[in-house]
Amino acid sequence: MKTRTFAKDHAIKLTEKTIAKTQDANYFFISIADVWLFIWTFLRETFSGEFEFQEFTRQCFQIGYKTLPLISITGTIMGLVLTIQSRPVLVDFGAVTMLPGMVAVSIIREMGPVITALICAGKIGSGMGAELGSMKVTEQIDAMEVSSTNPIKFLIVTRVLAATLMLPLLILYADALGIFGSWIGANIKGDVKLVLFFSQAFSHVDFVDFLPAFIKSFFFGGVIGLVGCYKGYNAGRGTESVGIAANSAVVMSSLLVIVVDMIVVQITDMLIS
Amino acid sequence: MKKLSDNIMDSSKLNKTDKPVIEIKNLKKSFGNQNVLKDISFNLYNGENLVILGKSGTGKSVLIKCIVGLLNADGGTISVLEKNVSSFNRNEWNLLRQKVGFLFQSGALYDSMTVRQNLEFPLRRIKKTLNEKEIEEKVKEVLENVGLIEALFKMPSQLSGGMRKRISLARSIILDPMIMLYDEPTTGLDPITSDEISCLINEVQKKYKTSSIIITHDIKCAKHTANRIIMIKDGEVYKEGKIKDFENSTDPEIKSFFN
Repeated sequence: MKTRTFAKDHAIKLTEKTIAKTQDANYFFISIADVWLFIWTFLRETFSGEFEFQEFTRQCFQIGYKTLPLISITGTIMGLVLTIQSRPVLVDFGAVTMLPGMVAVSIIREMGPVITALICAGKIGSGMGAELGSMKVTEQIDAMEVSSTNPIKFLIVTRVLAATLMLPLLILYADALGIFGSWIGANIKGDVKLVLFFSQAFSHVDFVDFLPAFIKSFFFGGVIGLVGCYKGYNAGRGTESVGIAANSAVVMSSLLVIVVDMIVVQITDMLIS
Repeated sequence: MKKLSDNIMDSSKLNKTDKPVIEIKNLKKSFGNQNVLKDISFNLYNGENLVILGKSGTGKSVLIKCIVGLLNADGGTISVLEKNVSSFNRNEWNLLRQKVGFLFQSGALYDSMTVRQNLEFPLRRIKKTLNEKEIEEKVKEVLENVGLIEALFKMPSQLSGGMRKRISLARSIILDPMIMLYDEPTTGLDPITSDEISCLINEVQKKYKTSSIIITHDIKCAKHTANRIIMIKDGEVYKEGKIKDFENSTDPEIKSFFN
């Protein structure tokens, strides 16, 4: 009798656990399908009908121009700190003349794109998540739909394309300022002319250093735009969901920037070698 | 201020033999296991103000969102202006939505745009043949109709709740709609501003010859604006009639609303 009761209880618990696990798996697959559907809708709307050029330029201004101060400070400090940290080691090895080239290659190949993308994931990703999330909560997206305006075309396509276009430009700008910051760092304990420093720096940079980094910066922009828009557009109905959308947009886009970076580095490494 | 009840269009003038502008039959909508609308059927006739009453959570807003295609119904049929909307594609919806104005509960003004840009938004996207002067005239006309011409260059954040509702109403009527859908137009407003909004609803009905569905649980607003009332309970039409039928009803459910 006891054994039977134990078996029955255990079976019920097992069933509940199985149902819960099945539901979790269901939610997981539904989420994956939801993401793919969002990407498919974005692609379809990008290549169909009229393009919202005015909104696109406004977004380029918001994403590009308004992020310049942040990128200026970050880029300069990035180069400055890299120089200050690596100079003593290079002095020990008697290779201080390699400093401009080393800094330029590290900034152009990896540090510039990744750090700029992470900064942009914070600023642009959270901005998109919060803006679209609050538009959803306050029914502005519904109002747009009722005004015979396609919100995916007007809000999502313009933002994602603006981020995809602006990120490479911001990264190039950050790279230039990073090398400039490095020159400032080199001048703290030395005396190097700006032109000489830049010519030495670029003499070590090849096209194969620049091209993969430039290509991956488009992917970074696309990922940040897509994640920010997806999280904001699919925010819940309460005000709390705006915060959740902004937060998860930053977390997910930062993570994906690192993942995309790893994939691109692997692919370019295989192709170049 | 004008006496509000003077403003309502006389319901006896409404011609119920006309084909209804909105015809809803056996509408069903559920979210997960929750059946919000179980079996809703009613008609909206030309030129009438139909008030839909009901407690919070009875699916009143869901109902009008189904009418404009913001939500898809699970069952039943919705016909708007003699067209069955269940098989509409995006283009057909866009054409229909140009004839239907929607006043959202929260106003739903675009935060990043000024009042003027908010009003211009539907005009510039739909009436593309209008020139700058015509757009400006239309914007000023609707702003004068809602008595807020001075708010032209203000941002939505600089407006009070009542002003937001009025600007939102102006945006809804800027395309000269044939049908107006009001989602709780007086919610969150003080009694005086609520009366002003009720007054505006009646003025819109008269001036633009609209047929309207007004979702509310504000009895004062319902009394001021309704030609006919429908009460929803448990996802079904509980009672339909004139305001007097509801006021004289002995049904405790209706009495609890009206007393």
